[in-house]
Amino acid sequence: MKAGVIVFPGSNCDIDAYKVLEKLNVEVKYIWHDEKIDDEDLIVLPGGFSYGDYLRCGAIARFAKALENINEHIEKGKLVLGICNGFQILTELKALPGALLRNKNLNFICSDCNLIVENTDTPFTNLFKKGDIVNFPIAHGEGNYYIDDEGLGELIKNNQIVFRYQNNPNGSVADIAGIVNKRGNVLGMMPHPERAQDKLLGGEDGLVFFKSVIAYFKEV
Amino acid sequence: MIKAYIDVTLKKSILDPQGTAVKKGLEKLSLYTEDVRIGKHIEVLLKEDKIEAAREKIDEMCRRLLVNFEVETYSVRFEVIE
Repeated sequence: MKAGVIVFPGSNCDIDAYKVLEKLNVEVKYIWHDEKIDDEDLIVLPGGFSYGDYLRCGAIARFAKALENINEHIEKGKLVLGICNGFQILTELKALPGALLRNKNLNFICSDCNLIVENTDTPFTNLFKKGDIVNFPIAHGEGNYYIDDEGLGELIKNNQIVFRYQNNPNGSVADIAGIVNKRGNVLGMMPHPERAQDKLLGGEDGLVFFKSVIAYFKEV
Repeated sequence: MIKAYIDVTLKKSILDPQGTAVKKGLEKLSLYTEDVRIGKHIEVLLKEDKIEAAREKIDEMCRRLLVNFEVETYSVRFEVIE
């Protein structure tokens, strides 16, 4: 399994994502925003403030050269993981439905966060059990997931909600913290599994998340 | 040339926490309002000289980048600049 972490100007969780994959012996490399992605099995769009989050979070990043072929990549069934700013970019790309709005209380929230695992039938969560509570940090000002009623109905019908907040911190519709596309190979989430990779950093629930991806490729 | 003044606002159905916070701020000054909504203002200068052509261009810009129609809507005003 090969992985690439895209680095945009303003990304700040790229090293965390790289380190957790490296720690799990995945062949991983950084991909600068003006390089093209290759045949990586997993592309990570990391957290941060790509291009200063100008206009809207993720709105400018979607034009990066590194994302030129992202739709083909997704069509091939390769995995794409967008964390935090990466999730915002995936909604701007329309690779995932909905949008991320300003947190309901207007605060930038930086804290630990308990999540309920809703869907274990994805390449990213296959080592969890449905209903597991995991602790990943959140750090965002615009993580308030919005989707209209019709879209929410679709998400529920297709089992696309992967993580829900135990205590909704930001006003997200239906407590949604992370969703997949219909096919299940694109995941966007506001919480940071890559930051929960070591007890020294406060917890290691994130390792199970990334081990799920590795397990998925062993099975494929 | 034509200058386009674009206002991008959250759709009516979307809660605007910034507007709510400002409404509360105004209340602290004893200035009472029915509602406050906050949006973005974008000014674009075009070399077109016909408003029709400018409108077409601005609509495309809004569709493809300036507005996220999941949650936002927009209005435009044009000014011909000599």
